[in-house]
Amino acid sequence: MNSLYYQKRLSRNIGDKFFTSLSVICALIAILPLIFLVTYILYKGGSQITPELFTLEPNPPGDDLDAGGINPALIGTLIITTIASIIAIPVGVGGGIYLAEYSKDGAFSRFIRFGVNVLAGVPSIIAGVFIYALIVSTKILFGSMYSGLAGGMALSILMLPTVIKTTDEGLKLVPNELRYASLGVGASMYTTILKVTLPSAFRSIATGVVLGIARAAGETAPLIFTALFSYYYITGFEDLFYEMGSLAVLIYNFALEPYDAQNKLAWAASFILVLSILSVNIFSRVLAAFTEKTKRV
Amino acid sequence: MEEKLTLFKNRKRFGIEKNIDIIFKNTALVLSSFVAIILLGIILVVFFQSFESFSRYGLKFLVTSEWNPVKDEYGAFTAIYGTLVTSFLSLLITIPLGVGTAIFITEDFVPKVVREIIGSFVELLAAIPSVVLGLWAIFVMEPFFRAFFVFLHNFFGWIPLFSTEPTGRNSLLAILILVVMLLPIVTSIARDSLNQVPKKLRNAAYGIGASRWKTIFSVILPASLSGIMAGVLLALGRAMGETMAVTMIIGNSNAFSWSLLSPGYTISSMLANQFGEADGSQVSSLFYAAFVLMILSLVVNIFAQWLVKKFSLKY
Repeated sequence: MNSLYYQKRLSRNIGDKFFTSLSVICALIAILPLIFLVTYILYKGGSQITPELFTLEPNPPGDDLDAGGINPALIGTLIITTIASIIAIPVGVGGGIYLAEYSKDGAFSRFIRFGVNVLAGVPSIIAGVFIYALIVSTKILFGSMYSGLAGGMALSILMLPTVIKTTDEGLKLVPNELRYASLGVGASMYTTILKVTLPSAFRSIATGVVLGIARAAGETAPLIFTALFSYYYITGFEDLFYEMGSLAVLIYNFALEPYDAQNKLAWAASFILVLSILSVNIFSRVLAAFTEKTKRV
Repeated sequence: MEEKLTLFKNRKRFGIEKNIDIIFKNTALVLSSFVAIILLGIILVVFFQSFESFSRYGLKFLVTSEWNPVKDEYGAFTAIYGTLVTSFLSLLITIPLGVGTAIFITEDFVPKVVREIIGSFVELLAAIPSVVLGLWAIFVMEPFFRAFFVFLHNFFGWIPLFSTEPTGRNSLLAILILVVMLLPIVTSIARDSLNQVPKKLRNAAYGIGASRWKTIFSVILPASLSGIMAGVLLALGRAMGETMAVTMIIGNSNAFSWSLLSPGYTISSMLANQFGEADGSQVSSLFYAAFVLMILSLVVNIFAQWLVKKFSLKY
């Protein structure tokens, strides 16, 4: 009769308890860094936020007590990520359309999908090295060396695999009935894609693309020797062809400065970067959960 | 009847519409081949830029650790060794942690809501830029672990790995920050492949009287092993290429040392440090180092993809 009851001291039950607590400890260790990190950045960076931060230029490192603001870096990050998006989104969405709508599972699309995965695994600093060799050292862009434009190109290489993948996978989820219906009433292939399949996959593609942009905004390695860094306001179009600051490179440069004022600026920049990236991520997660629920009804 | 047929015959597509269709298709084709062009371009450009250094130093570059721009002597052994050691050791810590967390998330120890929150927390960790992690490592992690490193040195100093006096930034800190970066990758991929194991298998194991952890170790983990392995390999590729956080905390010293408590170097941190101000044959040597890094991460990535394709679950 006893064997029908749960026996604490049985070796299998003790072993189970042991491994269960082990996995709980693993989970705790996994989330503790995030909680520490986010609270520390919000606390440390949040306390540095002032209105001047958004309007001033950073002062060159020195014994100044006042480090200035991060306006050029903030604008620079916006410009560089915009350039990267302008390059990567059309190429990526176009490529994804070909993979999902035309090539399907042919040899070509298998090859390209393989390439997309490999490109996604290329270290981000290699993208910087590539653009340095191709654009910065050859001065091919109207004689300018380090430039915001080159930085945007380097980032676009990192965004491209994400955009292609989300487009490809988003389009694959569109039911074939929609395509048949559209082709059946006499629409041509491009009308079907542009008016039927692409709009119905729009939300999932947009989510993936926005997450890709958020990821690119925090990338530093491809920028440190393509866009370099600048202390000065971005005033006009021609500034695209000169060194351009960005939040990520500002954090890198100023974290390594021995001066407290510059370090604080790095924390403030981290606050802005992390807050915007996390809110984009959380927002898209909520949106995805919401659409899933409405779909089921 | 006759009338209707002619009606259909007249409904041909205009030539212009056909042309747009063809143009659209070909544009998409060209755009999708950009990926292959860029990938090939990266490999070729980095290879040809490194050619000068490659022909001068050959494979000796990989095993000597002299890095002297004045004497024009270059060898990347310290950086290659640093890249391999930091990535492998960080994976060694990450694998049990990540898989343990993934098991915690996929089993029903706590209510589903709590598990989902923990899961998305870990995934959010992946979204934090590595430069911010580096900043955090410099100002929070390094002071936090300082006393621990002194303890390690005092009690385990006879092991070559801990043989130097800890002075600020070092390789062990780089390994720890890599663990923080790799954890989300390993956890989320392990969780996905654990979730893919069909419920039938679990119920069968429970049915013949296996305990929960016996089921996990003998049924669930073996069934999801290929997915977990692929995740681990992807994380390895990521660790080898990771630049910012490592560069900021590893101390950037080309002096070779077995000790993890001394400053070190990785290929990517060497690139980040020197590329901006290098000239002459130093640039070519840096390209050579970049080429080595690229080959390493390409091999790991391609192997991971092959593994997924070869051993993906067939249930």
